Amino acid sequence: MRETLVIDQEGVDALIHTLTDRGYEVVGPTVRGQTILYDTITSTDDLPVGITDRQEAGTYRLETRDDGALFGYVVGPQSFRRYLTPPGNVFWKGVLTDDGFETVELPEPPRLAFFGARPCEVAAMQVQDEVYSAVGDPVYLGRRGRSFTVAVNCSEPAPTCFCDSLGTGPGVSNGYDIAMTEVVDGESHYFIAEAGTDEGSEVLALLPSRDPLDEELVHARRMVVRAAERMGRHLDTDGLKEVLYGNIENPYWDEIAKRCLSCTNCTLVCPTCFCSTVEDHLSLDGSEAERARPWDSCFTLDFSYVNGGPVRPSPGPRYRQWLTHKLASWQDQFGSIGCVGCGRCITWCPVGIDITKEAAAIRERDVRRVVVGASSAKEGTE
Amino acid sequence: MALPKLAVHKFASCDGCQLSLLDLEEELLAVAGVVQIANFMEASREVLPPPYDVTLVEGSVTTPHDRRRIMQIRDETTVLITIGACATAGGIQALRNWRDVDDFNNYVYAHPEFIDALQESTPISDYVKVDFELRGCPISKYQLLEVLVAFLQGRRPNIPTYSVCVECKTKGNPCVMVSHGTPCLGPITQAGCGALCPSYDRGCYGCFGPMESANAASLAGHFEWMGLSNREIVNSLRGFNAWAEAFRKESDRREALIEIGGAR
Ligand code: SF4
Ligand code: SF4
Ligand code: SF4
Ligand code: SF4
Repeated sequence: MRETLVIDQEGVDALIHTLTDRGYEVVGPTVRGQTILYDTITSTDDLPVGITDRQEAGTYRLETRDDGALFGYVVGPQSFRRYLTPPGNVFWKGVLTDDGFETVELPEPPRLAFFGARPCEVAAMQVQDEVYSAVGDPVYLGRRGRSFTVAVNCSEPAPTCFCDSLGTGPGVSNGYDIAMTEVVDGESHYFIAEAGTDEGSEVLALLPSRDPLDEELVHARRMVVRAAERMGRHLDTDGLKEVLYGNIENPYWDEIAKRCLSCTNCTLVCPTCFCSTVEDHLSLDGSEAERARPWDSCFTLDFSYVNGGPVRPSPGPRYRQWLTHKLASWQDQFGSIGCVGCGRCITWCPVGIDITKEAAAIRERDVRRVVVGASSAKEGTE
Repeated sequence: MALPKLAVHKFASCDGCQLSLLDLEEELLAVAGVVQIANFMEASREVLPPPYDVTLVEGSVTTPHDRRRIMQIRDETTVLITIGACATAGGIQALRNWRDVDDFNNYVYAHPEFIDALQESTPISDYVKVDFELRGCPISKYQLLEVLVAFLQGRRPNIPTYSVCVECKTKGNPCVMVSHGTPCLGPITQAGCGALCPSYDRGCYGCFGPMESANAASLAGHFEWMGLSNREIVNSLRGFNAWAEAFRKESDRREALIEIGGAR
């Protein structure tokens, strides 16, 4: 067992400073405009102290809270994916020479410390580890391998959260260097901190800390258990892959398409989505070239463009592709569901389309069942 | 080898788009090194005779004379690229398409009998074959450079047709619709501006026209849910790209609802 210690806000500051001193760029939640985004942080002053987020399908509002909590909110629209595979990342550069071309050395990727990562976020990075390891992607692996993760367990899930359905939260079980649970209890405000790796132990040992009391450990654990009971949403994963594979032709996809804007927001906020495209840039005189990787999405037409046209020209199949990939074919491809239940796609869909509701709706309208039952067959073909 | 000849022509428009070419400043010198500016009134009085290799056309067709002129321009060039909301969708002046142009003439001009205008302001592509349409009000100078370079290098330009939301998310903007309920046309508008308005915490005005599969009916329905009246929805869709089909159809549908239900 690794050590579990108690630190206070000063200890959290010391943690940020220690990581910075060790050469990490500490990236954590911070208020930008009317949203909590990720950015470089240098102290707890940069955190959204005393702020909470109110989330529902298609809406997000920041509000103040009076307990001075450092982590009194859940996830915003961004994930650490932004740092692991930066949009538009230039991964090759070259210049023309007299006898051909020469590759230009690219700068070393930063050493990143992901600070305040929620359990679903940690799980999302593990999902992406599978994806990018399978292809040996140097951009992702180069950054991920040098990174440090400070996870924070959840005690107050948003109405859009459903990690409990997928076993990815609200408590983190692995994939962190340090994990914390914040406790704000009347006058006392402390963090139970636990190391998950040798480097985590090493860093933790440098912070001002004390040993936890038994009741503090029990209290912190109970908060996370209670969070699991207060999940805002639920996803029934039982036989979901078979349901989705069996409903490729379900007319309900076109019902969703009437609402769906094909705007790509769901895919771009999703912490597990990985699709990108490749663009070559050439200087006007042709002497310099670079190859970049902008983010892409299965909702764009170019995404499925093959000789002569897009494979999925209408929006129904595009939504079906997104949902079916996340929840079904991902399992065959990478051995796990591609969704960690963070709820971002629900909150940040401008028209509030909800992956849990749509998955349930397809299950309800399962064409395989409908074909057998004569009375509901009519309903299914309407 | 002679440099390719570039011509720039103007129809009903404000000049903003062709000025983007001069706006390229540093890059302009590089452009001048790879093309011969053969006919560009804003830049030089010197005009070289046709044919041209690439012609940029700004502005919409609003008069019978325009109609004849665009045919001739098409005949004189190998590649024709239209630039800006006027040339690609009819522009802000297409708002007149919903009214009687004679009423405007009588109201505005002392001698309306001298005005020979078409009933409608329409995009260049209504009259001639267009090889590439570059959107925007105004266009992005970087996109213009990209299109020119791509044509000169004989490759397909990197001009995405997806929504402004992609640029918003790429930039890391918080979404104005979701985070403070500001109506935004971004989800149905083509990228290209770099999500300019949302970057300043404002909703998108639709300067780059409908994106590749614009679902204006759904977004308008959401605007209604957010509390906008049908009149406000119609007005939001009738901007610089009012006559573009996806925007026009939904604004017409919403306007019909006002007429049925009485102005709200
Ligand atoms: S699909 Fe939605 S809920 Fe699942 S991980 Fe992606 S953004 Fe989160
Ligand atoms: S989905 Fe779970 S882990 Fe993620 S923020 Fe919500 S409660 Fe926390
Ligand atoms: S589901 Fe929502 S966020 Fe995703 S493309 Fe459709 S409208 Fe956009
Ligand atoms: S602010 Fe507008 S353009 Fe940006 S993501 Fe939101 S809806 Fe899309």
